[in-house]
Amino acid sequence: MAKMNMLHAINSALDITMAEHPNACIFGEDVGYFGGVFRATSGLQEKYGKHRVFNTPLTEQGILGFANGLAAFGAPALAEIQFADYIFPAFDQIVNESAKFRYRSGNEFNVGNLTIRTPYGGGIAGGLYHSQSPEAYFAHTPGLKLVVPRNPYQAKGLLRASIKDDNPVIFFEPKRLYRASTGEVPEEDYSIELGKAEIVQEGTDVTVLAWGAQMEIIEDAAKKAAEQGISCEVIDLRTILPWDVETIAKSVTKTGRLVVSHEAPITNGFGAEIVATIQQECFLHLESPIARVCGLDTPYPLALEKEYVPDSLKVLAAIKQSVEF
Amino acid sequence: MSNPNNVSLNINHELSFIDGHALTIPTLSILNEEGDIYEGATAPDIDKATAIRLYETMRFIRALDERMQAAQRQGRVSFYMQCLGEEAAVTASAAALDQNDMIMAQYREQAALRYRGFSLDQFMNQMFSNEKDLGKGRQMPIHYGSRELNYMTISSPLGTQIPQATGYAYGQKVRHIDAQTGELNSTIDNITICYFGEGAASEGDFHAGLNMAAVHEAPVIFFARNNGYAISTPADEQFKGDGIASRGVGYGIKTIRVDGADALAVYAATKKAREIATTKGEPVLIESIAYRLGAHSTSDDPSGYRTKDEEAKHKGCPIERFRKWLLKQGWLDEAQDAKDKETIREEILAALKRAEKVEKPALEELISDVYDKPIPSLQKQYEELKEHILQHPDAYPTTAGRLK
Repeated sequence: MAKMNMLHAINSALDITMAEHPNACIFGEDVGYFGGVFRATSGLQEKYGKHRVFNTPLTEQGILGFANGLAAFGAPALAEIQFADYIFPAFDQIVNESAKFRYRSGNEFNVGNLTIRTPYGGGIAGGLYHSQSPEAYFAHTPGLKLVVPRNPYQAKGLLRASIKDDNPVIFFEPKRLYRASTGEVPEEDYSIELGKAEIVQEGTDVTVLAWGAQMEIIEDAAKKAAEQGISCEVIDLRTILPWDVETIAKSVTKTGRLVVSHEAPITNGFGAEIVATIQQECFLHLESPIARVCGLDTPYPLALEKEYVPDSLKVLAAIKQSVEF
Repeated sequence: MSNPNNVSLNINHELSFIDGHALTIPTLSILNEEGDIYEGATAPDIDKATAIRLYETMRFIRALDERMQAAQRQGRVSFYMQCLGEEAAVTASAAALDQNDMIMAQYREQAALRYRGFSLDQFMNQMFSNEKDLGKGRQMPIHYGSRELNYMTISSPLGTQIPQATGYAYGQKVRHIDAQTGELNSTIDNITICYFGEGAASEGDFHAGLNMAAVHEAPVIFFARNNGYAISTPADEQFKGDGIASRGVGYGIKTIRVDGADALAVYAATKKAREIATTKGEPVLIESIAYRLGAHSTSDDPSGYRTKDEEAKHKGCPIERFRKWLLKQGWLDEAQDAKDKETIREEILAALKRAEKVEKPALEELISDVYDKPIPSLQKQYEELKEHILQHPDAYPTTAGRLK
């Protein structure tokens, strides 16, 4: 065990992968000698060579096109998109190519070796174009897996699992927590199974669900609720696609209430999918309408970021409303 | 860094612009319409077996194209795309490669796949999207693919294969790079060829793919098939520059333009391009000029966007040109050739009838291969669908009878 922040943990997962596969390559904008704008790939070029850890030209569609080809060849392709806000030029390569590679070829070819890492989310005064949470766009695409870690331990284990998984995975990294979140992380290799949510805190009155950076917010809200005598069951979804319906449904069957929270705009956010499925699975057990605490339906703001975000006060209000319904 | 802008600084004190067409690009031409080698041209070193295989592939594809075009008109397949006029460009370039080189094509390159050994039944099974199709009946006709033959499955979105070819080729190169020096430590055994049309070269993926191939020195041959049309849009409404070749220079890529109806010129250029890619580990751009003699696909009629006069000017057949050369070489027996053509037609018709009768893929194939294993929600959807079909078997005759 060692004390690591999330960047160290991600770096460690990448390091293990590079040592394991002689063909694995890490590439993206500024990931080479500089080690990435957040320094997640620090030191890896020196260790594995310029031919395996390299800067690409500034072309997201090119990075993903290249990554699809490299993965189809059979090499672990570890692509970085510098900010999730800039992933859209690569949308076609991800949605029409990565996601459909296996299906359209009848499994003659696949890009299971592809892992896309990209920092997402707000809280760094990044405004419209350094704050977005675009997971829902990709959640509408069969063939992809989407993973979001909440802390360094989770980040390393989930990233290793994403890399080893034989499907293309988008790994969304909560950039607000890159350095802010620290914890004990094993130096050796380990994986955390994809597609499994984790009950972070057991409770009886209401289930509160989130993922990634939003976990810190709902845990804070749950603590405040506890002070007011409300027992929250706090769950980290961890994998958005495919998501763990069973764990959530079981929890809501027990508590009878659900609050879902994400930073992305509420309309058609992934919370909508969760709500639709859980009302179907748990209809007769529900004691109150399922609540969503999300971003407003606006582009991500700058000066009014504090007002925009689904903070712990807003989550707490929803928890109380749900319990008092 | 001694040259931070990465440019050649030829300081000049006189104000002048470089003309947008300053570059003079020659077109390599070796074989004339009569099947003779042009004076001053050198025929590539091609053995009889390769030349005959090349010819037989073109002859087969012409017959297949004619039959399938008709089959579409009869309503037997939904869609088809002919290679008419571009047979030499596609086949001769494929012939210049190693069998294990990867082919990443656009969609009109069935001749390259045939050259590799794709069987008549495999073509038919794909077009009839039956259960024997390697692609499991998931894509429209002509979207072939074969891992065994190193032919990447065709994808309809245009140009997406271009940066993918760069990445694939980079993968082929990685183990040949010395980690200390960053230089090649051996000849690269296999490379990638990437076909695309002059229209697809307007996609952003073209720029991304060529620029990255140049920067990362990927051993890929970009083969631009400039056939004059993107469906109905003529090349002069597609770009202003001198073809696609002029762009290669902009990316710092070795480039050549060839007469794409001249099998020997295409073969010679591709052979040399492969040598550059394998020994220097860098990309090459080949622009082939060959008129698309047919329609874009069975869904359009060229009389709606080009004149008969224009078509008459470009009626030269690349297969016939090569055939004449073969006859002059004494490598082809004319009587046998005529007999073979008849046999091929019969075989194609018989294969078509066979493929028509093969069952469609089973219901399980609806959900397989979305992921390596079906995810729980998809498995659930499948069970629900199966239940529904069993309740209404008459409405789903393709799968109902075979459900367990």
